[in-house]
Amino acid sequence: MPRLVIAGLEACYGSLKVLDGIDLDVASGDVIGLIGPSGSGKSTILRSLVGLTPPTAGSVEIDGDNVDYKDAASVARLRDRLAIVFQQYNLFQNMSVLQNVMIAPTKIKKRPSAEVEEEARALLAKVGLGDKLDRYPDELSGGQQQRVAIARALALRPEILLLDEVTAALDPELVSEVLDTIRVLAREGMTMLIVSHEMGFIREVSREVVFMDAGRIVERGPPSRIFDAPTEPRTRDFVSKILRH
Amino acid sequence: MWERLVEEAPSFFSYYNVIFLLKAALATVALSAIGCLLGVLFGTLLALLRLTSAAVVAPFRWLGILYTEIFRRIPFLVTLMLVFFAVQLSGNDLPMFGVAAVSVTLIASAFLAEIVRAGFESVHRNQWDAAAAMNFGMLDTVRYVILPQAWRIILPPAFGFFVLFIKDTALASQIGVIELTFAGKVLNNKGFSAVLVFGTILVAYFSVSWPLSRLGKHLEFRLASSRHRRS
Ligand SMILES: Nc1ncnc2c1ncn2[C@@H]1O[C@H](COP(=O)(O)OP(=O)(O)O)[C@@H](O)[C@H]1O
Ligand SMILES: [Mg+2]
Repeated sequence: MPRLVIAGLEACYGSLKVLDGIDLDVASGDVIGLIGPSGSGKSTILRSLVGLTPPTAGSVEIDGDNVDYKDAASVARLRDRLAIVFQQYNLFQNMSVLQNVMIAPTKIKKRPSAEVEEEARALLAKVGLGDKLDRYPDELSGGQQQRVAIARALALRPEILLLDEVTAALDPELVSEVLDTIRVLAREGMTMLIVSHEMGFIREVSREVVFMDAGRIVERGPPSRIFDAPTEPRTRDFVSKILRH
Repeated sequence: MWERLVEEAPSFFSYYNVIFLLKAALATVALSAIGCLLGVLFGTLLALLRLTSAAVVAPFRWLGILYTEIFRRIPFLVTLMLVFFAVQLSGNDLPMFGVAAVSVTLIASAFLAEIVRAGFESVHRNQWDAAAAMNFGMLDTVRYVILPQAWRIILPPAFGFFVLFIKDTALASQIGVIELTFAGKVLNNKGFSAVLVFGTILVAYFSVSWPLSRLGKHLEFRLASSRHRRS
């Protein structure tokens, strides 16, 4: 049962504190939707969790293991269990689609290449890219690149998947293909922390929706309550603005 | 003048002179090769050092930066003299060729460190993020992700530097190393006409430098076409 317990998480960029006491629990099979205005710190939560922007205070526990972000071995163990998909895909430009998906499992996790390749091909077929294995990232559309990034993250066999606005950089007609991929994962019971501006989608897949503003969590609850009956004025403001679009 | 050259040529290209020139050319090639190869090696190590963030290596990182910044800024001749006198003071009996070899390595490492560093920095930061999040260490990231993308940025200035560098090994003549330029002076002093002597020296430098430029172009082309890039 992977369980992520985040308590009092703080993070800074230089002297600017962008996360100010975040508490969040993620149970096994949970799908948590993270929403909030741009600049509220959603990406920073995900980046802090994986140690790209190490937290300056607070604690992160995964399955009862406390993560020490100053200890490379502890961070490595954590990164073994999490996978993050970035808003800008961050695919390796020098590698083909298949290589992008296979590189970490083979070179870092040292799993046998034949086995990894079989799994990578299956994952890429699952995200609808079975015919693009030898293409390079700059030969693919945004939606295709994003799906490669998702396949690459899944090839790590993560216990928890972190998704950062995975549709924000896409043209509207490409959004649904990526969302469909995530829907399938949710149905299969993948534990996910999803940052998104696709409110309809967040409402549909999340068990809990967390609204944040200015580095703090303002309100949280089941999607129906957050979207239909928010109690905080800031949530109401945000939800009404974004739903009117 | 032409007649004089033709008349002089047989005695200029005597067996002993040709051997002398070949040995000198060998010294130039050896100094260039030592500088370029060790320069690539140490330059890359310095660039890697600069990528580290651990507190324990911080003093080395700063020393590396200081070294790079200093040796790129002082004239080659000063570096040569510095090494020359440092060796003399230490009572070491390193031959002059050794002094020159150490100098060219010091110089080339500093320049190449900067070229490699700039190449590393040309790769988007999000490539580092993606690799780190998947548990790549620094060396794995450089090997699998950064270097393959940085090559095309590193190669042109690196080969540009090599070409400049070959002719700068001539400074070793200042401390008596018999390389091409020194050989030219010696033969000129023996009374052979300057046009003949330095014309020959020119051809010799060119025939070392030109293939190297071609190699650079070839590698650039290979890298560019190893991946057909849509523009
Ligand atoms: N690399 C950075 N350097 C400095 N400030 C940053 C950086 N990244 C984000 N920030 C700032 O941190 C705050 C939170 O950013 P972010 O987590 O990206 O918000 P969100 O993902 O919710 O839009 C913003 O004020 C943003 O300007
Ligand atoms: Mg963001």
